[in-house]
Amino acid sequence: MAKNVMMLMGDEAIAQGAIDAGVSGFYAYPGTPSTEIMEYAQHSKDAAVLNIHRQWSANEKTAMESALGMSYCGKRAMVSMKHVGLNVAADPFVNSGVTGANGGIIVVAADDPSMHSSQNEQDSRILAQFALLPIFEPANQQEAYDMAFAGYELSEKYKTPVMLRITTRLAHSRAGVEMKPRLKQNAMKLPENKRQFVLLPGIARKQYKTLVANQAKFMEEAEKSPFNRYIDGADKSRGIIACGIAYNYLMENYPNGCPHPVLKLCQYPAPKKLIEKLVKETKEVLVLEDGQPMLEESLRGLLDRDVKVKGRITGELPRDGELNPLFVRRALGMADICGAPAPAIVAPRPPAFCVGCGHIDAYNAIKQVVTTGYEDGHVFADIGCYTLAALPPFEVVNSCVDMGASITMAKGAADAGLFPACAVIGDSTFCHSGMTGLLDCVIENSNVVIFILDNSATAMTGGQDSHALGRLEAICKGLGVDEKHIRIVNPLKKNHDEMVQVIKEEIEYKGVSVIIPTRECIQTLGKKNKKGGE
Amino acid sequence: MKSDIILSGVGGQGILSIAAVIGQAAVSAGLHMKQSEVHGMSQRGGDVQSHLRISDKEVFSDLVPHGAADMILSVEPMESLRYLPWLSKQGWIITNSQPFINIPNYPDQKAVIAEIEKQPKHIIINADELAKAAGNSRGMNMVMAGAASLFVDIPQEKMEGAIQFLFGRKGEEIVKSNIAAFRAGREFAQKKRG
Ligand SMILES: Cc1ncc(C[n+]2csc(CCOP(=O)(O)OP(=O)(O)O)c2C)c(N)n1
Repeated sequence: MAKNVMMLMGDEAIAQGAIDAGVSGFYAYPGTPSTEIMEYAQHSKDAAVLNIHRQWSANEKTAMESALGMSYCGKRAMVSMKHVGLNVAADPFVNSGVTGANGGIIVVAADDPSMHSSQNEQDSRILAQFALLPIFEPANQQEAYDMAFAGYELSEKYKTPVMLRITTRLAHSRAGVEMKPRLKQNAMKLPENKRQFVLLPGIARKQYKTLVANQAKFMEEAEKSPFNRYIDGADKSRGIIACGIAYNYLMENYPNGCPHPVLKLCQYPAPKKLIEKLVKETKEVLVLEDGQPMLEESLRGLLDRDVKVKGRITGELPRDGELNPLFVRRALGMADICGAPAPAIVAPRPPAFCVGCGHIDAYNAIKQVVTTGYEDGHVFADIGCYTLAALPPFEVVNSCVDMGASITMAKGAADAGLFPACAVIGDSTFCHSGMTGLLDCVIENSNVVIFILDNSATAMTGGQDSHALGRLEAICKGLGVDEKHIRIVNPLKKNHDEMVQVIKEEIEYKGVSVIIPTRECIQTLGKKNKKGGE
Repeated sequence: MKSDIILSGVGGQGILSIAAVIGQAAVSAGLHMKQSEVHGMSQRGGDVQSHLRISDKEVFSDLVPHGAADMILSVEPMESLRYLPWLSKQGWIITNSQPFINIPNYPDQKAVIAEIEKQPKHIIINADELAKAAGNSRGMNMVMAGAASLFVDIPQEKMEGAIQFLFGRKGEEIVKSNIAAFRAGREFAQKKRG
């Protein structure tokens, strides 16, 4: 193997690519499968020596905006998030298309088809298309690395943010990646046009016209991109467009090369000339994309006339879920190869609370109170380890929608007359999106009981530091919660009766109560103890 | 040469250390390698797997295709059966015999072992016990790596070199006891395979 090769996961390759391409700042909020981008940057000695910013933000929106500020100064920034994080960052993301960039910005969106660790499987390419931005979608770890270079180049050439879109499989799979010579960071260089970032209507209209006019140029770039390749084949009965990692599943099924013409598509907007060539030369086109049928849909058009486009919409591939070699094999019309089915005795093994987790003790108390004496007691939960109380043996939480929704759903339910209306939210989620909802409650003195489960960590995504650390009580007070109704408890078995008593009192109080069970996550605690002992 | 391996177990059991050893050995032998892992929710005590693909040709898919795995290497017996659809007809199941019971409906242990024994090619190892006997009570994963190594066409020195490479910074003691566990697993598999 060549000298400068590292074994990297897709996420790590992106981070190393950005470091080598002269990034000055990483911005992110954790979220599977994007988390390891920031974690890699944080552990990178190179990044430390180069003094690259690499700390977590409170949420994806603040991360996106900080990246934009870095770009404003002419420096390169990378902001990374999971797909649903892009919803949180959608406002600055879409508007950054209109302001454009100064220093290069790459927005990494890591999608999770099949929802391995997510609430939905939305396809971030569609949001980038909506924002009229170019997209890079690597097929492998090497391309993930190389696209950091190509991404910044394109971003600065057209003064536009670009998206780098990956899915879970590439994010968390390792392969050899060859390094390139490192580029220097950009020097500080403020925008030449002082009004570039001022989106007053009069200015925004002009900027938007520029963005629209750039679409043809983005298309030209995609037509000639080295990441988009037309590979001819003798058998023209079918042409295949393989987007991102779908290309691998295709080639896996043709170990001796694909007999059909193939368009490997890894940079968007979808290159019209290349696609036209494929359509003209072949009888039908099969579209393989790991996500929603974005390209397939646009090729079919609304009216479905004279279409010979196959894919997820026509049922050659499943309409939802992650692609894999078998699904692609079936779409290619080949016979299944499969081992024996798993025997019936194999039981499902869902994730569960760790032994000794403080959330268990908190829920034991919550469950006892809301299920005895209150027929209508409902618990609106949020996203984190504590969502696992939706599963047996607890089955005590009634919602999990998006980060922060516990508090505001409880408020809406209280407005509707539900009593008691409880919310359970983690410390990191509270700082991400819970504080504003709590302010809503305070303004109206809503009759809610809000549990902020403080385990001093962002546990579900691997125990990153939480912005809440040491600040929760002060934040709640600052937002206007009555001090007497901010109750700190220690979630341990021996404190069960005390917790039950506190919960009962606060449910009976007509107004905003915040109960904060505080005990460190046993995973992060274990890691610290291990480090201390070594 | 190609070796497609599905590693399986329960979140927290540390299957990735096995993947790291075999993967590192493959890289040092100049082979192509892709290895996908499960991060996120399932790591909280759910079922986890890692697909390890080694070949002297370019590897495309990060996932082992159905029916193509040369080996299911499991640190937990029931988990070895979950991935049968991926096992090729000539493939081996190599599994630890010691169950990890964190669900109320864990099946009868004898029935699980009986199902594994139905597979034409299997090796069932009490890896926890072998590790202890080798003086490394936390070396279950290395025992399993050793057992698997017999079926992967990479020289033993490269495998042990990978252990040295990966654990070297933790000290010679750790390296030695991991190699002892690795050899115990390899010897056991050798006897069973005949
Ligand atoms: C918008 C958005 N960003 C990120 C995530 C990923 N995510 C899921 S749970 C979680 C951590 C929650 O931490 P905390 O609220 O402290 O609860 P804990 O897991 O520690 O109990 C994160 C970051 C998400 N689901 N949605």
